[in-house]
Amino acid sequence: MTKEARTPSLTRRTMLKAGGAAVAISGIGFPAIAEDRVFKIGYVSPQTGPLAPFGEADSFVIKTAGSILANGVKVGGKNVQVNIYTKDSQSDPNRAAEVAADLILKEKVDLMLVASTPETTNPVSDQCELNEVPCVSTVAPWQPWFFARGGKPDTGFKFTYHYFWGLEDVIAVFTNMWDSVPTDKVVGGLFPNDGDGNAWGDKEHGFPGPLAQKGYKLIDPGRYQNLNDNFTSQINAFKDGKVEIVTGVVIPPDIKTFWTQAIQQGYKPKAMSVGKALLFPIVIESLGDTGNNISTEVWWTPNHPFKSSLTGQSSKELADSYEKATGKQWTQPIGFGHSLLEVAADVLKRSAGPGDRKAILDAVTKTKLDTIVGPIAWGGPGPFKNVSKTPLVGGQWRLGGKHKYDLVIVDNKTAPNIPTGGKMEPIA
Amino acid sequence: MDWVQVVIQGALLGGLYALFAGGLSLAFGIMRMVNLAHGDFIVLSAYIGLVIVQGTGMHPLAAIPFVVAIMAAAGYLLQRGLLNRVLGDDIMPPLLVTFGFSVIVQNLLLEIFSADTRGLQTGRLLTASLSVGAGLSIGWLPLITFAASVAVIAALQLLLARTSLGLAFRATSDDRTTARLMGIDTRHIYALAMAIAMGIVAIAGILFAVRTTFDPAGGPARLIFAFEAVIIGGMGSLWGTLAGGIILGVTQAIGFAIAPGIGLLFGHLAFLLVLFARPQGLLPRTRMEG
Repeated sequence: MTKEARTPSLTRRTMLKAGGAAVAISGIGFPAIAEDRVFKIGYVSPQTGPLAPFGEADSFVIKTAGSILANGVKVGGKNVQVNIYTKDSQSDPNRAAEVAADLILKEKVDLMLVASTPETTNPVSDQCELNEVPCVSTVAPWQPWFFARGGKPDTGFKFTYHYFWGLEDVIAVFTNMWDSVPTDKVVGGLFPNDGDGNAWGDKEHGFPGPLAQKGYKLIDPGRYQNLNDNFTSQINAFKDGKVEIVTGVVIPPDIKTFWTQAIQQGYKPKAMSVGKALLFPIVIESLGDTGNNISTEVWWTPNHPFKSSLTGQSSKELADSYEKATGKQWTQPIGFGHSLLEVAADVLKRSAGPGDRKAILDAVTKTKLDTIVGPIAWGGPGPFKNVSKTPLVGGQWRLGGKHKYDLVIVDNKTAPNIPTGGKMEPIA
Repeated sequence: MDWVQVVIQGALLGGLYALFAGGLSLAFGIMRMVNLAHGDFIVLSAYIGLVIVQGTGMHPLAAIPFVVAIMAAAGYLLQRGLLNRVLGDDIMPPLLVTFGFSVIVQNLLLEIFSADTRGLQTGRLLTASLSVGAGLSIGWLPLITFAASVAVIAALQLLLARTSLGLAFRATSDDRTTARLMGIDTRHIYALAMAIAMGIVAIAGILFAVRTTFDPAGGPARLIFAFEAVIIGGMGSLWGTLAGGIILGVTQAIGFAIAPGIGLLFGHLAFLLVLFARPQGLLPRTRMEG
C-alpha cells in the first residue's frame, strides 16, 4: 500500500463519518453566517459497495466546489448560506431511497442532487418526484433513468431533471471507433443480467437494432450473472463466430476474468469497447500490460474544452487539482460531480430563497448553464423536457504516458468540439 | 462449441473452489464450526498479499508463504483468544461471532484501502498458456491453481493420517472430552486447526487475487461456492471437498455452455441434487480419518 493511495481514502472516511452522516460543511471552519434560514442540499451517491469507484471523487468535490457553495450564494442581494448533506447509498437502491426520504422528511432539503448509475439515481429521483422536491441527477444513461422509472415522453416528470448521454450515443461512439479499424464487422456482446446489461442488450432500445443497421453482426451468447468466474463458453462462442470486436457493459472483476481467460485460451479480438468497468484507470491497470488499446466511452477528460461556472477552472485545472489533492489519477466522475454543484449554485442564485421549493423548481427548469461537462439546459421535446444531453466521445487506454495507462480520445465524430489525442488502433 | 475446453476450464476453476472450501471443510470437520467470515478472510488475504507485493515488489506467488504465515498466526490467535470461548453444544454463538467478523473485516478493509478495485499483477504469467494440441490451450495460472489445490488437500490428508498432530486432530474431532482426558490440550488443537485453515485461506486468497480483481465487499459472494463444494463432497471430507469443487466447476461450465444465464443455476442444481440423493455428501466422513 503506497502512502499516496492511502491518504485520500482516510480523508474521505474521516469526512464521511460512519453511516454517511451529513458532512457538516459549516464544521470545516466557516463562520456561521447569521441568517434565519439556510439553503439545504441533499447529495446522494454510492460511497461504499461495488459502485463506490463512481462515488470516489465526491469527497474531493464536496471539499472544493462544495466549500465555495457553503460560503453562500447571493439571492436578491443577500448572502444565503448553503448546507450540503451527503448520504451514502451503499450501492443499494433500497438504501438510496431510504436516505433520500430521510433528507427530504428530516432535513427538509430544498434541492436534491444524486449521481452514479441507475441503481442510485432512480430510487432517489422517485422519492423526490413523490415528495415534490426538485432533484437534479447525472451519471446514468438517460434511457434507464427515464424509461425504467415509467417516464412517458408526452408528460415526463415534474420534479426530476437529469443530464448525461444516452445509449444512442454510446452505440454511435463505439461503431465510429470500430469503423476506423479493419475488421470483419462481427461483434460479440458481453451483457450481464443487470439493469445496464439488459438495457444494452435489449432488442428494441439496445445495441442489436442499430448494430444491424450499421452493417455489424452481433453474436450475443446471452445474459450471464455478474461475478462470473468462467467465461469459457462466451470465448468459445466468439471464436466459433469469428468475432473480431467485443463489446458490453461489464463490472471490473469480470473484465479481468474474461480478458485473461480469453488470452490464455488463445482468443484476442481486434477491438474491445466495454462500458462501466473500463472507465476507471485502476481497473485497466489490473489487466497488467495486456490492456493497451482497449477502448471505452468517454464522458469527461481533462482535455474537454469546458470551464467551471463556479471556480472558473478549466477541465485540466480541475483534474490537476484532484491529482494534487489525492495523489490519484483523475477519473471521469470528477467533472460530473463538480458540475452537479455548479448547477445547484446556479439554481439557488435564481431562486426566491430557502424554503420556496416552487421557485427552486422553476429555476431548475429554466437552467441554461455552461458547465465543466458542457452546456446544460432542459425543456426540449419529449423526454428532453427532463433530460439534457452532454457530449460523448470514444477513447482508448494507452500505456506509457504520464500515468501507467492514459485515456486518449480517438473518436470525436459525435462531438467535434472535443479534441482527439490520437487515432484508433487495433489491439496488438 | 468446444466441450473439451469447457470441461477442462470448469475442472480447473473447481480447483479454486476446492481451495476456497478447504479451510471451511477443515474447521467444520475438526471443530464443528461454520465460519461465516471465511469469504472475507479470503479477501483479507488478498489485501495482505497486495501490501506485501507493493511494499517489496516481489511476485505475488512468491508472497504466498508470507501471507500464509500471517494468516495462520492470526487464525491461531483468533481461535485461541475468541472462538474457543464461544464453541460449545450450541452452534449459534460461533455463527454469530464469525458473522460479526465478516462485517468488521469488510469495513476495516474499506476504511484502509477504500472501495477501489484491486488486482495482483503477475506480469507475463497472467496470460501465459500451455498449448496441448488440437487448438486447445490452457492458462498456466489456472493450472498452477489446480495443482496447488490438489497439493494442499493431499498434504492435509497426509497430516491427518500420518502424523501425531493428525491423530490429535482426529481424536479431538471424535470426542473432545475423552481427548482431553488423554492429555490433549484441545484448545491448542483447535487453534492449530484454525491456523491451518487460515493458511489455506491465504493460498486461496492470493490465487483468487491473481485470477480476477477484488474489493472489500467481495467476500460473501465467494462463500457460497465454498459451502456448496463442502456439502457436495461430504462434510469434513477433504478429498470430497476437492471432488465437490470440481463437480461444481464442471457443472457450472456445462450450464454456461448451454446458456450463459443458467451456469450458476446448474451448479446450484447439482448441489441440491446431491443434497437430495445423498444428504451426507459424496465421500462422507463423520469423523476425520485418513
